[in-house]
Amino acid sequence: MHLSSRPAVSDAPAPDQDALPADARPLSRAAKGEVGRVIRVGLDGALHDSLDPDELERRLLEIGFVEGARVEILHEGLFGRDPIAVKVDDMRVALRRREAEAILITAWQQPAASGATPRVIAEDRRS
Amino acid sequence: MNAIAPVLQTAPRIALVGNPNCGKTALFNALTGSRQKVANYAGVTVERKEGSFTTPEGRRIQVLDLPGTYSLRARSPDEEVTRDVVLGRFKGEAEPDLLVCVADATNLRLVLRLVLELKQVGRPLLLALNMFDIARHRGIEIDIGRLSAELGVPVVPTVAVRKAGTADLLKHIDTAAVDLATGAAGANTWHEPSAEEVRATHREADRIIKLAVRPPTKPDTWTTWLDTVLLNPVAGLLILLTVLFFMFQAVFTWAQPAMDGIKAGFDALAAWINGAMPDGILRSLITDGVIAGVGSIVVFLPQIVILFTFIILLEDFGYMPRAAFLMDKIMGGAGLHGRAFIPLLSSFACAIPGIMATRVIDNRRDRLATIMVAPLMTCSARIPVYTLIISAFVPDRTVGGVFSLQGLVMFGLYAAGILSALLVAFVMRRLVWRGTVEPFLMELPAYKVPDVKNLVMGVWTRAKAFLQRAGTTILSIMILIWFLSSFPGAPAGATDPAIDYSIAGMVGHWLQPLVAPIGFNWQITVALIPGMAAREVAVAALGTVYAVGGGEENVTALMDTLGHSWSLATALSLLAWYVFAPQCASTLGVVRRETNSLKWPLIMFGYMLTLAYLASFATYHIAASLGWA
Repeated sequence: MHLSSRPAVSDAPAPDQDALPADARPLSRAAKGEVGRVIRVGLDGALHDSLDPDELERRLLEIGFVEGARVEILHEGLFGRDPIAVKVDDMRVALRRREAEAILITAWQQPAASGATPRVIAEDRRS
Repeated sequence: MNAIAPVLQTAPRIALVGNPNCGKTALFNALTGSRQKVANYAGVTVERKEGSFTTPEGRRIQVLDLPGTYSLRARSPDEEVTRDVVLGRFKGEAEPDLLVCVADATNLRLVLRLVLELKQVGRPLLLALNMFDIARHRGIEIDIGRLSAELGVPVVPTVAVRKAGTADLLKHIDTAAVDLATGAAGANTWHEPSAEEVRATHREADRIIKLAVRPPTKPDTWTTWLDTVLLNPVAGLLILLTVLFFMFQAVFTWAQPAMDGIKAGFDALAAWINGAMPDGILRSLITDGVIAGVGSIVVFLPQIVILFTFIILLEDFGYMPRAAFLMDKIMGGAGLHGRAFIPLLSSFACAIPGIMATRVIDNRRDRLATIMVAPLMTCSARIPVYTLIISAFVPDRTVGGVFSLQGLVMFGLYAAGILSALLVAFVMRRLVWRGTVEPFLMELPAYKVPDVKNLVMGVWTRAKAFLQRAGTTILSIMILIWFLSSFPGAPAGATDPAIDYSIAGMVGHWLQPLVAPIGFNWQITVALIPGMAAREVAVAALGTVYAVGGGEENVTALMDTLGHSWSLATALSLLAWYVFAPQCASTLGVVRRETNSLKWPLIMFGYMLTLAYLASFATYHIAASLGWA
């Protein structure tokens, strides 16, 4: 709850593809134990058979998947390693990999743009 | 309360708002104690919990416990109620004078965003930091003054589970109540936030947290450790199955002594009345109708108490969302949402709360599919019927040294219910209705030691509801059956049992040809007719039918009677019937209310009746071909 600097967020809509770091990938492809930082929430088009993309984006934001949040895959389901239990900053959230497609992450170790996040806390969180 | 000044004639109303799992209900219980009423909001079937309490300064306050939400941007009927009450636009609901936002002090991030949204409503607002003791224990330091200053909202720490834990809150409510008399609410500037506005309030909440909250020094190792085991893909599922299996064995075996006691009590009462009253129609009404009827229902109270104790314990502990996580793929395979697991699990107690609990499912089709299969889960009202038939026909011995054979048959019946529910859901969701799939997005709250007071209150509310039902609906049905099976009486010199000549007998005989192919005799048919009103009534009705027909009142005697007069094939066929049959008018009524249409209860009745007939037909003929007829 203290991971408060969200340097990647601007008031403008999600950044275009070119601005993304090289290792950016959807949360849906992360494996158990992986730690990352959310860099974009939301999709340009709708997922097949799913909610309106804007609605999905707001729901993900409301439950804590915000740009800058630290995410860690804690657990996976038995069948198809789905759904996943994710630690989002200080809370735990369960979701399916299908919706996790809409969350783009990058490796956590990458320094935050403003460097505002105290290092001590960042290390403490990993324990 | 007569001394209240005219100005305060209507007690100030506060509304509790908060995220799911923030301990809002525990706080509500702590504030109101037993002075609470559970009903529905007008026009919708969202549960409305209202109570009252008196502040230290002697003010009487009305308090409303609103459904939990992450945002005022409502997505389900429950959240719509919260939004509309908060905005003061719910028809027939007085506007709240004060909003109390309840927060889990160990998990402030999301709730601060809700507080910022609530501020836009312009109503007096107060933030209660619940579970403040747990937060402190984990080394979280909250600068209350700073938090309050940054938010522009009074902030009060509370500990709902401790006796003095709400003293500060009460003091603040007193202060606020004085202001309420003079001040006016500000302008409402709330509108549904866009994604960018959600991001902006998140940033603001994070800024405030950074200023006012020191993060935990001790991580929640308990939750982490428990999740490693309970969410383990293999061990977790095994534990879930073990918990469920243990629950059913407990319901079947632990309740026995208490049930025997209740049974003996009713038998003694009937015997005493038989001795004290002259033989006649009134004595028959009291002993054969009222006592035998109500007694055979009340006897299941211990089982209901045990079942609800388990369900409430698992809920309060925080296990239910984990169970939903583990079951999501399996439920999803049947086309159901992981969240459907909780309503379906509640349906083991009774389909009515289960169907009402489907409100946690946002998507209409997911919700309808869950509603349609909920009555296939083995509700506690089936237990009397299953118990009676199993005890009469399944030998009481152990299998493999540990499990009782009767318990195993019971488990098999539960399994049949679950499998058929999944199958029906699959057909509905995957074949009939293909379309958008609702996301599974659920917070996994930290585990908490269940609070005894909350548990007792929860079990008590359910037991009370059950007894009220036994005392009203079931009692009147029992009297009706007694009447139908006693009148007209047998003509003088009749040789057959008296019930043969009664109205019930006639109806039973008349329907007999329809149910003969599934092996039912007319006594069963007679018992099934009142059994439409409530499943468990069938047992009492069988008791009445056979008691009036010359047997005895108590259940043991009924078992003997059934054991002699039914074939095994008939007994199995009746069990199969009970897995599927739509034998519950209240369920159909609730479905009508929840779906706001006649179409869905009719579809439910039709499909369940068809399945019941087919299953009984198959069971009877297979059993008969095995020589059990």
